Amino acid sequence: MSDSQIPVSASLPAPAAGEWTSVILPRRGVFQVPLGELWRYRDLVWMLAFRDFSSSYKQTVLGPLWYFMQPVIVGAFYAVLFGKLARMGSEDLPQFVFYMGGLVPWTFFCESLLKVSGTFINNEHILGKVYFPRLAIPVANVLTNLLPAAIQFGVFLAGWAFYWLENGTVLRPNLWILAVPLLVVQLGLLAFGLGCLVAAATHRFRDLAFGVKLGLQLLMFASGVVFPLSRVPEANRWIFHLNPVVPPIEFFRHAFTGHGAVTPGALVASALVSVAVFVAGLLAFNRAEQTAMDTV
Amino acid sequence: MNRPVLRVEQISKRYLLGEINRRMLWEELRDKLSGRKPAPERSGRPDRREHWALRDVSFEVREGDVLALMGGNGAGKSTLLKILSRITAPTSGRLLVQGRIASLLEVGTGFHQELTGRDNVFLNGTILGMTRREIEARFEEIVDFAGVERFLDTPVKRYSMGMRVRLAFAVAAHLEPEILLVDEVLAVGDAEFQKRCIGKIGDVAKSGRTVVFVSHDAAAISALCTRGVVLSQGRVVFEGNQNEAIRFYADSRSVGGNDLRGCPGRAGSGEIEVVGLHVRDGNGQEAAAVRSGDPVEFGLVYERRRERELPRMEVQVFVSTYLGAPVFTQATWLGGASLGEPGAGGEVRLRIPRLPLPAGHFRVGYRIYASPQTRPDELVDGVESAVDLQVEGGRFFESGKLPPLEQGVCLVDGEWRMGESEVKT
Repeated sequence: MSDSQIPVSASLPAPAAGEWTSVILPRRGVFQVPLGELWRYRDLVWMLAFRDFSSSYKQTVLGPLWYFMQPVIVGAFYAVLFGKLARMGSEDLPQFVFYMGGLVPWTFFCESLLKVSGTFINNEHILGKVYFPRLAIPVANVLTNLLPAAIQFGVFLAGWAFYWLENGTVLRPNLWILAVPLLVVQLGLLAFGLGCLVAAATHRFRDLAFGVKLGLQLLMFASGVVFPLSRVPEANRWIFHLNPVVPPIEFFRHAFTGHGAVTPGALVASALVSVAVFVAGLLAFNRAEQTAMDTV
Repeated sequence: MNRPVLRVEQISKRYLLGEINRRMLWEELRDKLSGRKPAPERSGRPDRREHWALRDVSFEVREGDVLALMGGNGAGKSTLLKILSRITAPTSGRLLVQGRIASLLEVGTGFHQELTGRDNVFLNGTILGMTRREIEARFEEIVDFAGVERFLDTPVKRYSMGMRVRLAFAVAAHLEPEILLVDEVLAVGDAEFQKRCIGKIGDVAKSGRTVVFVSHDAAAISALCTRGVVLSQGRVVFEGNQNEAIRFYADSRSVGGNDLRGCPGRAGSGEIEVVGLHVRDGNGQEAAAVRSGDPVEFGLVYERRRERELPRMEVQVFVSTYLGAPVFTQATWLGGASLGEPGAGGEVRLRIPRLPLPAGHFRVGYRIYASPQTRPDELVDGVESAVDLQVEGGRFFESGKLPPLEQGVCLVDGEWRMGESEVKT
């Protein structure tokens, strides 16, 4: 065998059926995602999520209260900066409700994406030493982010209830509230898919990791988090709808307040895009995972 | 014969060398876009930037086997273990597995500093493939084995290294996989714990399960293992009985001579360089082999390389088994000898009046320090495994008999007598 030749192993006879529990080959098929194995490791997914959550506020005095403080402070800051100083407007909504309504779904999306995209790089010390279905990590990352998201949602809900009781005419919640869990699923799938694509692309060339951070910061301003989409002329609004994060965020606000420029078409399109991104991310991750540890 | 539980078929693994940088991205994009094959396949020349860590490795492990995996540095042991434990995929070839594989490549994987011992048992256990229920069922046993009951609710970062290792090993030891991969974990922990680890590996083997064991400890391999595979430069060079494998490995390593110029693995600041390490018999004659119980002299010929004031020179010589386990050492600061200031060159001699080694292959290494404190940063020159020491049977004992190497790597005198028990019962 010369140095440059990849040894041929095609001549190996097929193993007798049922004799072996697993056959490990240089490459799995593109669609061979080990989902069954992931299910067997579901306790690990849970433990990883638990680890991320409980270790993040160890040795802090306020503990999980930080999850509560962070969006409130950021929301207040945005209200002053964009609402008062820049007069971007909040569609006559109380500013707290408007900004928190954008920040809660956005933070969940953004944090999940960042966490998932660092899967290989941040977990090298585990992945390089022991095997388990690698998908457990990004799945756990998204699940971990559900908890702070729920806390922040609670903050939003409290503020929203306060204004609703005070003045029932401005906030017009509607039955679309029932569909909010679906929106969480959509944002989760989208963040997971995009994060996996980034993770698969960055385990060798890490440039994209920097790009993602920068991109997310900019994307927030293009996602209707800090200004209402209704400020954008109707003719140009389709550009914003190309961004699959916009319809869910607008939808979230709309469900609780009756305000927000969202069309069913844009919602369906963004849902389809999210599912497509999820599948693409899953497959890309599955492919990269097999030899990622050689090049991290 | 038992059924095979692990079959490695023509496994090869290629690594790309060099830094991952712009040029690499550019070349890859260019090759992809133009549909060209990567450079080496085009030219047919070997690519300097790739390295085959494993080439066409095939072997089989049967149920109940305890397989020793041997080989020097860079032989491919670690890569093979990584592929067996599925951390990375092979470049070509196939791996057939029957049952669950668990690895002890490095214990304590995934231990989280901030979490308590209890949480870490569950985290580590699930990472290794157990379910919560399985861990709960064995929790008491694991904690007992590790001996950390009192610290279960303390964060692991407050644990001593030994406690951490014990807890980690305890979790891994209770995995009950069909195939267990073990790599050098025995090097850590105190003697009592090592004994328990060896016992655990023995238990695993006795219960009919399979172990793949990477170790440098000939005695442990000989006692625990039933078969051996020797790797060299990514290929299997020997497969068979564990003692034959040990001998094969020893023979394959006995190369060299006494000239240490350009010797690999040299460490130290380099003011002095030992250029030759000579082994002589009792008459001062250079000897290819020495005999148990005979006087032996080691001569270290040194040269001054760089001018720096060295007020004194402290020299240590040590003998290890060919697999790297230390056997004994002698040093100037142990014997209270003072060599004084080294000249421009010369020879330092150490005489061992009665060589306490059984017949076999050993390796001799040395270290030179600038002071008797022997701090690592004061190392002037050192080679851990410098030259071969071939020992033939001799009259260490009156009887002229010698125990086999497997029963001990060192010989000691003893006095036997028999009489009334002095212990009051």
